[in-house]
Amino acid sequence: MVKAIESYGIPVVHICTIVPISMTVGANRIVPSVAIPYPLGDAAKTPEEEKGIRRSILEKAIKALQTPVMEQTVF
Amino acid sequence: MAKIRVVHYINQFFAGIGGEDKADITPQSRNGAAGPGLAFAKEFGDAAEIVGTVICGDSYYAENIKTAQTEILKLIAAFEPDAVITGPAFNAGRYGTAAGGVAEAVTKTLGIPAISGMYHENPGADLFKKSVFIAPVSDSARGIKTAVPAMTKLLLRVIETKGNPGSPEDAGYIPRGVRVNIFNEKTGAERAVEMLVKKLNGEEYETEYPMPEFDRVKPGDAVTDMKNATIALVTSGGIVPKGNPDHIEASSAMKYGKYEMESVHSADSANFATAHGGYDPTYANADPNRVLPVDTMRTMEKEGVFKKLYKYFYTTVGNGTSIANAKKFGLEIGAELKKDGVDAVILTST
Amino acid sequence: MKLELERAKVKNIVWGETTALLPDGTLRICKEDLLEAAADRVCFKSIGAELARPGESVRICPVKDVIEPRCKTEGQGQVFPGMLSGVETVGSGKTFVLSGAAVVTCGRIVGFQEGIIDMQGTGADYTPFSKTMNAVLVIEPNDGIEPHEYEKACRMAGLRAAYFIASSVWKAGASVSETEVYELPSFTESAKSFPDLPKVVYIYMLQTQGLLHDTYVYGVDAKKMLPTFIHPNETMDGAVISGNCVSACDKNSTYIHLNNPVIKSLYEHHGKDLNFVGVIITNENVTLADKQRSSSYTAKLAAMLGADGAVVSEEGFGNPDADLILNCRKLEKCGIKTTLITDEYAGRDGASQSLADASPLADAVVTAGNANMIVRLPKQDRLIGFDDYIDVLSGGFDGSLHEDGSIEVELQAITGATCELGFGKLGGRTW
Repeated sequence: MVKAIESYGIPVVHICTIVPISMTVGANRIVPSVAIPYPLGDAAKTPEEEKGIRRSILEKAIKALQTPVMEQTVF
Repeated sequence: MAKIRVVHYINQFFAGIGGEDKADITPQSRNGAAGPGLAFAKEFGDAAEIVGTVICGDSYYAENIKTAQTEILKLIAAFEPDAVITGPAFNAGRYGTAAGGVAEAVTKTLGIPAISGMYHENPGADLFKKSVFIAPVSDSARGIKTAVPAMTKLLLRVIETKGNPGSPEDAGYIPRGVRVNIFNEKTGAERAVEMLVKKLNGEEYETEYPMPEFDRVKPGDAVTDMKNATIALVTSGGIVPKGNPDHIEASSAMKYGKYEMESVHSADSANFATAHGGYDPTYANADPNRVLPVDTMRTMEKEGVFKKLYKYFYTTVGNGTSIANAKKFGLEIGAELKKDGVDAVILTST
Repeated sequence: MKLELERAKVKNIVWGETTALLPDGTLRICKEDLLEAAADRVCFKSIGAELARPGESVRICPVKDVIEPRCKTEGQGQVFPGMLSGVETVGSGKTFVLSGAAVVTCGRIVGFQEGIIDMQGTGADYTPFSKTMNAVLVIEPNDGIEPHEYEKACRMAGLRAAYFIASSVWKAGASVSETEVYELPSFTESAKSFPDLPKVVYIYMLQTQGLLHDTYVYGVDAKKMLPTFIHPNETMDGAVISGNCVSACDKNSTYIHLNNPVIKSLYEHHGKDLNFVGVIITNENVTLADKQRSSSYTAKLAAMLGADGAVVSEEGFGNPDADLILNCRKLEKCGIKTTLITDEYAGRDGASQSLADASPLADAVVTAGNANMIVRLPKQDRLIGFDDYIDVLSGGFDGSLHEDGSIEVELQAITGATCELGFGKLGGRTW
């Protein structure tokens, strides 16, 4: 899906837990997330801490979208 | 037994109408066999007969695919055939594309078997081998003598087996590149141990699943003006409005959902849930923002990190979903995003 | 460690006054006693039991687990350690097995992913449990019970029922028809006994993705463990238990863990063309760090054993494909030659890539078939369980259940259809 959307020239950042799969499949901008059942959170943390985690992952994603890349890059 | 009624599709050249100068002729039909059809009629013997021949110019077909197909199908159907044979197209690219396209349309629309014959490098073979049984033939019309019996054998076999002719080697068609299930003599465990013994001894063995090579796309250009950018959220984590209104499948998704979220400030558990069947849904259902981070994206939008969160989000279930479907979803979603001027996409996966 | 499996063949199954194996191979079960053994008054609103024999027009759905009736008659511990019995080491002495019989647990759905067993017709060709004489527990949970508590209650009920049947039959004086002996010495000894044969280790991947996707080893949730050694005989006494609600086709039922076909095959080859040196169990966790840690640890353990080759079996699909490939890469990089057993999700038309991950080092793969393939299952006269969930089972889709009672589903929905321990003969190839 990532590649098909990106084929229109729109940059896509893939936030995912299993980075090796994303690398194999061919996403260009990859931001690692926390865990499969809660990629942008952490069930073991308080809601406030979770929001902090979510914010930092999304900020990394926004930065990735602003970064020119020539090859697959994990941020 | 009554003879199988076969309609033969050929181009203007093999119909004897003319070469490139006649390539724009519109679809027409004749009773009985014509051109290479005469050889087929002979080869069929008592098993089948050619009841009619449908002819179309290669250029006309290539330039008017939809209309040409409709007209050709109508002409074919008028003969009330049991099966259709197209070509052989040898290594003629436009003819191959037409022969493959007609055979595919016949199978899909008329629901009767259709086969073709082409040189394996014919672009038509590459385009249609997944949906049409295509007999491998040589690269020029000099190979007609071997092409006719090969295609006849394939056609009869496809009819006899009701569309399941068996392996490419046995039935004589160009491998389609599709995975099929078969029952082996031995269990998977026995096969794995025997394969390992061979591998350890340096003997020949054949993997049952050759690893694919994944294609790559060029990275999209970086966003230079984030403050004025529109960003779309897409997820394969299956977050949907509660109740899963479009019934997106828990795995092997055949569809994706597109949902308005202009008025949504948070993907809260009162209104959203996951349809994904591949991971423990407890955490995503308790707070769907953990998968589809609407709450934080809204905060960042308000702060002006970027201009706007796109008014829809797209969602599907990645679990077991075929790569072909994922690609199809991506192409459709990408086209809409492009049209609406979306600058960048955040795609979350579980 | 030496274990004798004493098998009695079950050829029929009936209800009766007392539980015993009759001379003609009929397993007679006292239904009241069975229900009493399986009962859970806290969690179950109701529990019933029904019988299903091969060839009968019966559909069982939704199936949670299948367990073979076994009990230890000599030696340390008891079957299903850490679950039913204590946590003593099992795998030696004697174990009584009712071959050809199975307990099937079936009940209101937990997750999305429970299976179908048809006792005849197309579906029967794909599930191993159409060939067993089945005692089926039909369970309805109490209102308000959490899914994971319900899963646990069903799991325990099945284990108790299987142990009850085997132990009652044994006490009633069953005659053994066949004895198999499984013995594997210490690593150092076996290395000495067959110095010229390649040393082979089995990498046994266990599904551990979450609350409803779990496997237990001696009662320990396998997602919390580091990869470790286990003696192959321990699995025959139920040291590994399924607590899984993943797709039915490729989850390993407890029955399959008890009868692990890779272990069976490696034992058969042991001393002939390979030297079976041991089994490493590892997990399939949900974070990248866990996946990397477990795969590194697994490769290290295999290297410590001095293995030359490894068979790796997967459970489930999707992100566990990443674990499979990580294991393969790391083993191969240690110079350990691997073969992998997996199944495929190549789309209904078979035209898509089959695995979520790939590597050129994975050059020896056995497949148990494409789970996306559509099968049409004819109507069955009798339904054990509930069919109002077929559309939402994994592998089911809108309209799967037809008005005439036939169903159209992906192979995914059929229990054990594409077992990645290689239990069945189904496979795949490119055509």
